[in-house]
Amino acid sequence: MEVWMKIQMYFQNNLSEYLVCVREHLVISLLSFLVAACIGIPFGYLCVTNKKTEKYVMGFFQILRIIPSLAILILLIPVMGVGVKPAMTALVILAIPPVLMNTAAGFSEVPEFMIETAAGLGMTGKQIFWKVRFPQALPMILAGMKTALVEIIASAAIAAKIGAGGLGGIIMTGLSLNRTDLLLIGGISVALMSLAAGLLFYQAEKIILKYKYV
Amino acid sequence: MGGTVVIEYLLKHYDDLLIALWEHIQLLALTLFFSLLIAGALTVASIYMPKLGEILIQIFSVLYSVPSIALFAILIPVTGLGRTTAVIVLTAYNQYLLLRNFISGLFGVDPAVTEAASGLGMSKMQVLLKIRIPLAKKALFTGIQLAAVSTIGIGTIASMIHAGGLGTILFDGLRTLNVYKIVAGSVLSAGLALLVDGIFKCLEKKQ
Repeated sequence: MEVWMKIQMYFQNNLSEYLVCVREHLVISLLSFLVAACIGIPFGYLCVTNKKTEKYVMGFFQILRIIPSLAILILLIPVMGVGVKPAMTALVILAIPPVLMNTAAGFSEVPEFMIETAAGLGMTGKQIFWKVRFPQALPMILAGMKTALVEIIASAAIAAKIGAGGLGGIIMTGLSLNRTDLLLIGGISVALMSLAAGLLFYQAEKIILKYKYV
Repeated sequence: MGGTVVIEYLLKHYDDLLIALWEHIQLLALTLFFSLLIAGALTVASIYMPKLGEILIQIFSVLYSVPSIALFAILIPVTGLGRTTAVIVLTAYNQYLLLRNFISGLFGVDPAVTEAASGLGMSKMQVLLKIRIPLAKKALFTGIQLAAVSTIGIGTIASMIHAGGLGTILFDGLRTLNVYKIVAGSVLSAGLALLVDGIFKCLEKKQ
């Protein structure tokens, strides 16, 4: 119960600090997410249209996926120093593989007969892309983006170690001061944020992919 | 030039690095042992109660999306700092990867085959051991491979709560801004992950 009191005390005295941490965490996560999506989706599509790039790009990101995220995060410090910039770079690097791989998988799984039918109906290349291929690939792309966002929110907490700020900072302080209240506040906040991100995507999928749920 | 200094560093401090590597391998072995034990039991249980499997996967998928550092932080007041907490968290994460692959693999076996087997008078357990497991070997293997690689990755973060392992080298390097230590720690942890992944791939090809 003592911990509970301490948590209440923290919120009474440090609410503005806490909100700054939440905002930092959200901003850095969303920005990295957007950058990763902007890179991952076009390259994923490129992998499908150009088989030669596919081998190299996929192989590269497959290896990148296996390497521990902490190693990537910390390895960037000698190159870029400490702060928000290297943290965001690391988060983008970590988030590209799920988006890219799912986009490639989504586009390559569009049934051939649908594209042929669309062409037979007289659709132009552009129309086939926007009206057939993209909508068909969208569920997979969204699934990849969801994985990426959840991963970013988790890794952003660790990125606090290299100066990214955010809720991870509260956990680090709790660890070094051995304060249970800070550990719980930081841990539960990050957990809730990543659960909320998952839920948000679930709702968005329901709206975007309406036809699937009819 | 940088390369030779890194090698020099490796030669000079190879004992520290080897200890960290050994701790990491121990953490991996412990986690995989408990993960497989629990996942195996849960999978067998859900063969008898298919609904249970679905519910378990749902629960663990929610748990899996909770960041590791958050789970560590939440568990410290309960189980304290150290390897126990790390193994508990890593085992919990692995349940999702293992159960998802185990259950979808075992239930993905062609129903014609399993029905023929039960028609021959095999019990559910016999169908599992003699039909489902041999036919779903690939999916089972993929699950274990994913779990091993993810354990190595999250295991580096576990050093933050004094569970030892290669993360210690990384965090020490970060604290003292020792580039060679950072590079050595990154190369070792990435190398271990790639090696384990490669070993699993080789084993899979052999079968």
